[in-house]
Amino acid sequence: MSEKNNLLPSGLPRIESLEMRGIVKKFPGVLANDHVDFDVQAGEIHALLGENGAGKSTLMKILYGLYQPEEGEILLNGERIEIHSPTDSINHGIGMIHQHFMLVDNVTVAENVALGLKSSKGMRLDLDVVSARIRELADKYHLQVNPNAIISKLAVGERQRVEIVKALYRGAALLVLDEPTAVLTPQEVDDLFVIFKQMAADGHALIFISHKLNEIFALTHRVTVLRDGKLIGTVNTSDVTKADLANMMVGREVLLTRDRQPRETGEARLVLENVNAFNDDGQSVLKNISFEVRSGEIVGVAGVSGNGQRPLAEAIAGLQKVENGRVLMAGSDVTNFTPAQMFDTGLSYIPEERMHDGCIKNFSVAENAILQDYVRPPFSKGIFLNFKAIASHAQELIESFNVKTPSQETLIKNLSGGNIQKLILARELAREPHVLIAAQPTRGVDIGATEYIHGQLLRQRAAGLATLLISEDLDEVKAMSDRIVVLYGGEIMGIVKSDEVTIAQLGLMMAGERADEVFAA
Amino acid sequence: MGELTAMAIIIGIIHSGIRLATPYLFAALGETISQRSGVLNLGTEGIMLMGAFFGFYVTFVTGNPWLGVTAAAFIGVLMGLFMAVVSVTFQAEQGISGIGLSLFGLGVSSMLFKTMLGTVEGVKGFSELQFCITGTFCLANIPVIGDIFFNHSILTYAAFLLVPIVTYVLNKTTWGLKVRAVGQNPEAADSLGVSVNKMRYAAVMLGSALAGIAGASLSISLLGIFQENMTNGIGYIAVALVYFGGWAPLGVMLGALLFSSVNALQLWVQVLSLPIPSDVAVMLPYLLTIVALAIPFRRSLQPAALTKPYERGEN
Repeated sequence: MSEKNNLLPSGLPRIESLEMRGIVKKFPGVLANDHVDFDVQAGEIHALLGENGAGKSTLMKILYGLYQPEEGEILLNGERIEIHSPTDSINHGIGMIHQHFMLVDNVTVAENVALGLKSSKGMRLDLDVVSARIRELADKYHLQVNPNAIISKLAVGERQRVEIVKALYRGAALLVLDEPTAVLTPQEVDDLFVIFKQMAADGHALIFISHKLNEIFALTHRVTVLRDGKLIGTVNTSDVTKADLANMMVGREVLLTRDRQPRETGEARLVLENVNAFNDDGQSVLKNISFEVRSGEIVGVAGVSGNGQRPLAEAIAGLQKVENGRVLMAGSDVTNFTPAQMFDTGLSYIPEERMHDGCIKNFSVAENAILQDYVRPPFSKGIFLNFKAIASHAQELIESFNVKTPSQETLIKNLSGGNIQKLILARELAREPHVLIAAQPTRGVDIGATEYIHGQLLRQRAAGLATLLISEDLDEVKAMSDRIVVLYGGEIMGIVKSDEVTIAQLGLMMAGERADEVFAA
Repeated sequence: MGELTAMAIIIGIIHSGIRLATPYLFAALGETISQRSGVLNLGTEGIMLMGAFFGFYVTFVTGNPWLGVTAAAFIGVLMGLFMAVVSVTFQAEQGISGIGLSLFGLGVSSMLFKTMLGTVEGVKGFSELQFCITGTFCLANIPVIGDIFFNHSILTYAAFLLVPIVTYVLNKTTWGLKVRAVGQNPEAADSLGVSVNKMRYAAVMLGSALAGIAGASLSISLLGIFQENMTNGIGYIAVALVYFGGWAPLGVMLGALLFSSVNALQLWVQVLSLPIPSDVAVMLPYLLTIVALAIPFRRSLQPAALTKPYERGEN
């Protein structure tokens, strides 16, 4: 191969191979990485798969210089290198696209790219030079990026491209992609995958962190699976099935499909009529929202994050003022009831910010189990709490919902995300609600707990519960819901039966096209 | 006669408005730099007092006001270093540590005043510049304009000159970009190899140097004396001016001018014994501060990481 063929489109040399050997990283009480081996080659997209807490992010933070390992070595093109800081890693041609965008949002694209770099004009910023190089890179990699745009004005898909340009600008030959699709619409994901595939074809090495099995099959050449900090194995993506990977990830058989039996729906339990709401800045966040949720039905709410899901849940739960329109529970008007009044009407609510709105971090499991009902018998009598009743209630929830906790006196913050969510779900369902709002019930929850939570939601559906399931995970919405409400910019783009719509059609609606346009096409 | 007097009063108010803006401007521009990096420095009042004392004392002993200003800047840097150690490295609550620093500055400057000077002395600090082009023709003598613009101490001109300089440094230099980035999204800066804490130390120390000079501008330029607690809240108002000015030097300057003009006005209200109780007049600037801070739209301009210490790997 000639020298020229070893260069990337950016004009920089490739990383032929990168190897991490025997990496050990300890945190207090946790072995986050336990002798993990990992390698990636030029031209390859290598998936790093594992549940939350499996050690993926730790391993990559070590590669990027954010953490120092206790043991192990990193070899670049066969030679041992030391990485003590992000600067070291950048200098070796390693770039990272973080799960949460690492962009300063009140400045321009060019300023974000120039941040921390030496300027050709000494102390003065050389934004014209930077902009020219951004345009050049954007051109070579087919990335649409305007150097003069302010970040806060860009859509998430565009911000993702800025992150890629930022890494390329710094000479990244190897890119670590940490769950890069979490906030994108399906179409944006497709566009992004085209870019990634082209980059790999051009000689970049890509590490793709994800727990979405579909994406791993759509994109990657090899998969390395971690579980509890240990390496489970590295396999060729084409040699395995989804079930194989799920089993490697969880360590047991996992049910990937949800068995949602057809069911007759009952009476309308929750009805919204032309609900309008505004945020603190006076901007409209819900526009003429009307739909109903019936007994025995799960209604999914799909949409890209920030398109009105949260105000919708909060408007029903009594946490967001409804300016216009009505909310009805079992036929009676409950518009702008307080949260306590709403609970009395038979509403249960699993808020999306589990640690912030769903529980009190420094309270015990038992205390968290009675957060709404502590004033009622049998948990209290007059001004006194009945600890015996509280304890037996907590024990019942822990056992029947399979919550893994050392004891019911354990502070809830010490439980894993999945177990906290199971407890919250248990608490809300134990109240025998008529209507359940479940906002992002499985976000950041491991596959095992997700499987369990989904099973519970379907059981409650069979028992006649009316559920509003708000989720950014389109596969979840599609699999779990009978009908799907698609939100965009606080408006309903359409209400569709989930068996009669494709993911692609949902994606178009999530991007702002109305159902009639989508189905006409 | 009435007209002449009115004219003279208006000129007087504008002149003292510009003059009185000096300490506010130095302190508020310093605070702007500090806050843009994400550190709320409520210690400004105490730093100003220390700057006022050391600036005065060094001038008093050496007779050289430039040495006084240098000493004030130096003590400001030291106080800023202290603030940074406490609030950046040890991540103390910034509001509390700043108030502590202010009380520290008040106490130490008062004690030093009592032990080293004992009584109120005067110094010949910076005199008003006359801008004489020839021996007899001075810009300061031009009617109206001369009185308003060409009859100030060099520190006043320096304070106003700092407005475009700080604007330029924040917006057009690599250093300024780093300061803005660590104040807005420290994680992003860290991920690109920018040391968040180093930038914050630098911004707080530079800002505090300006606060020290602000104090000196009071003691060796405007008044020519040192008194205990002579800043009398200017440092806190400077912090408010940063919010008022929307974290931009130009806005801060307009705020400082508005504030010092109202201040000048209230002085004249007292001098002319107008039928307004002097207490009400004295209240005016502070009322203005509260009203200005209640305007909500500016909050969106606030650096997102203001008052938040940075620690890596929190997610």
